Amino acid sequence: MIGYYVRLALKSFRRTPGLTALMACAIACGIAACIVTLTVYHTLSGNPIWWKNGVLYAVTMDSWDPKSPYDPAQPGLAPDQLTYQDATYLFDSDIPRHKALLTLIGGALSGAPGQSIPAIAFTDATTAGFFHMFDVPFEYGGPWSAAADRGPDPVIVLSRNENDELFGGADSVGRSILWNDQRFRIVGVLDHWRPEPKFYSLSGGGTGDFGGTTDAFVPFRWDVTQRHWPAGTFGCWGSSPTNTYRELLGSECVWVTLWVELPTAGQRRRFLDFMNAYWAHQRANGRFQRPRNNHLWKVSQWLKMHHVVSDDSRLLLRLAFAFLAVCLINTVGILLAKFLRGAPVSGIRRALGASRRQLFEQHLVEVALLSLGGSSLGVALGALGLQGVHAMYAGSEAGYGAAAHFDVQGILWALALAALSTLVAGVYPAWRIGRVSPAAYLKSQ
Amino acid sequence: MLKMRDIAKIYRTDLIETHALRHFSLEVGTGQFVAVSGPSGSGKTTFLNIAGLLETFDSGTYELDGRDVSRLGDDARSRIRNEKIGFIFQSFNLIPDLDIYDNVDVPLRYRRMKTPERRKRIESALELVGLASRMKHLPSQLSGGQQQRVAIARAIAGDPPLILADEPTGNLDSLMARQVMDLLEKINDMGTTVVLVTHDPELARRAQRNIHIVDGSVLDSPAYQRRAPHPTPQADAAAE
Repeated sequence: MIGYYVRLALKSFRRTPGLTALMACAIACGIAACIVTLTVYHTLSGNPIWWKNGVLYAVTMDSWDPKSPYDPAQPGLAPDQLTYQDATYLFDSDIPRHKALLTLIGGALSGAPGQSIPAIAFTDATTAGFFHMFDVPFEYGGPWSAAADRGPDPVIVLSRNENDELFGGADSVGRSILWNDQRFRIVGVLDHWRPEPKFYSLSGGGTGDFGGTTDAFVPFRWDVTQRHWPAGTFGCWGSSPTNTYRELLGSECVWVTLWVELPTAGQRRRFLDFMNAYWAHQRANGRFQRPRNNHLWKVSQWLKMHHVVSDDSRLLLRLAFAFLAVCLINTVGILLAKFLRGAPVSGIRRALGASRRQLFEQHLVEVALLSLGGSSLGVALGALGLQGVHAMYAGSEAGYGAAAHFDVQGILWALALAALSTLVAGVYPAWRIGRVSPAAYLKSQ
Repeated sequence: MLKMRDIAKIYRTDLIETHALRHFSLEVGTGQFVAVSGPSGSGKTTFLNIAGLLETFDSGTYELDGRDVSRLGDDARSRIRNEKIGFIFQSFNLIPDLDIYDNVDVPLRYRRMKTPERRKRIESALELVGLASRMKHLPSQLSGGQQQRVAIARAIAGDPPLILADEPTGNLDSLMARQVMDLLEKINDMGTTVVLVTHDPELARRAQRNIHIVDGSVLDSPAYQRRAPHPTPQADAAAE
């Protein structure tokens, strides 16, 4: 019967081409608006390393001023970075499978063949565990060794973009380059890796949450021995001086992010116990005067805590769904009018033996075909819309441009929306036409 | 074929109740050709709608072809309507954007017949009404009489035991009306029970039996016995 219903639906479309086009366009516009906002929203709020959501944790401890919270707007939260002394102590624990210290530093790369002016490079000072725990892909070479962390050795990992720019994309492993006029040996070049949002350095600032890249990575301890002041955000309290780098290391200033990989519940419990013991010891020595607030943040919690998704995005999403609802309501109205106009024919079909269920199916097939057409148009419009967003916000800090990619997930969203739209737009009119009393129309035909 | 006992049908609005049928009882035997007449508003169409399972009724019982159909659900009623009843309407009620072939095909589709079987029945039905050469025409390309013959072909294509015809000649001139009546008689001669609602006493006289409905009740029957009743298999057996 489906084939028969499809034939009837196509006849029905041919009978009212204007109305059909109007309804398909209404569905298409609603779906396109939703696709654009959903894709942007999904990217903005998505966890780019979701497969390790219950495994990777950002570490926070509240070492802040006992007289006032770190963030008065959210007094229950500890600072999102650690002091150097706390971060390095916790880093030395052997409980995590992998661990990484992280801070953003400024730098300029020079000395590449054919390079005339130094290239500004957003650089993360980190530890070798970073590359392992975040599943960072390499095009050439690999991460530096743990020994290089301890060394510390002047080794560097370049991003793919930076390697393309400096070495034309060639394998540069083993070559040297100047980073702030100091010679570094290149040990690895990343493959394409651009997590959005850049979840691992949300508290570091500098390159923004979206669309920003890290151009180079150097060993954290090398950075410390070279006394490079952090370039990201950092906060201090109290009256202890921080005029020198040595004073910074011993201060209560927070500027280091610590990530740990704790795959099992036992490891998580042990690491928290370890943190709590450290907290108690420090408190006994006069630090940590605020209530204990040691926390391990999953990546998803970390994103939420940093308000990665702006209120604007949420509002936009609500507006898009409201728009889709308006489009669908209009479609329902037009469908209802169209179906009821055809009620006499439905009355004839009922008289000839069609059950309510069969009429419902027939009209639902018509709605499904209409929705298929509208949705296909909507997906095409959505793809165009995303290209428009991409072009419009290409250089903006908001990151919408970088976020506006139409991926497989976007298409799945679109299909789910289309299916839902069919259900919403078509069920009631199709059901309603089945309730029409056939006798009412047969005499008046 | 059709046995109604004490049927009542009341149409209700907020202000009034209209008794369309009251204490309506009627039996129509298999193979009979029955004409139903009566003044406007007497309940003829209501009777036909109830007989055709297009409407429900408030009280009484109704047996169709030996089965009590008084309290069936929509699916069962639709199936019975499809298999046991053929409708012919005054205004033809063909589906305008389907060609003749597809119009006759409609009841067969709902019976989920296979394509070759449907084709055979459609061609045979259109052959019977003399329109086999017009299969690909749209209803609007045919005259009123031809449209009504298509409607008759549609009604008989599924080979139902009962034909309900509501003023089938009401929109036709006398020549066309005669042709349609000839066809109905021919169908009746093939063993199909025909119930014909008509205002026309001339047409009513051609039926084996006349029913007169006044104020929702059967007033008298039978009035005319002009045509010999079609011999039923039971009657044949009794005669032997």
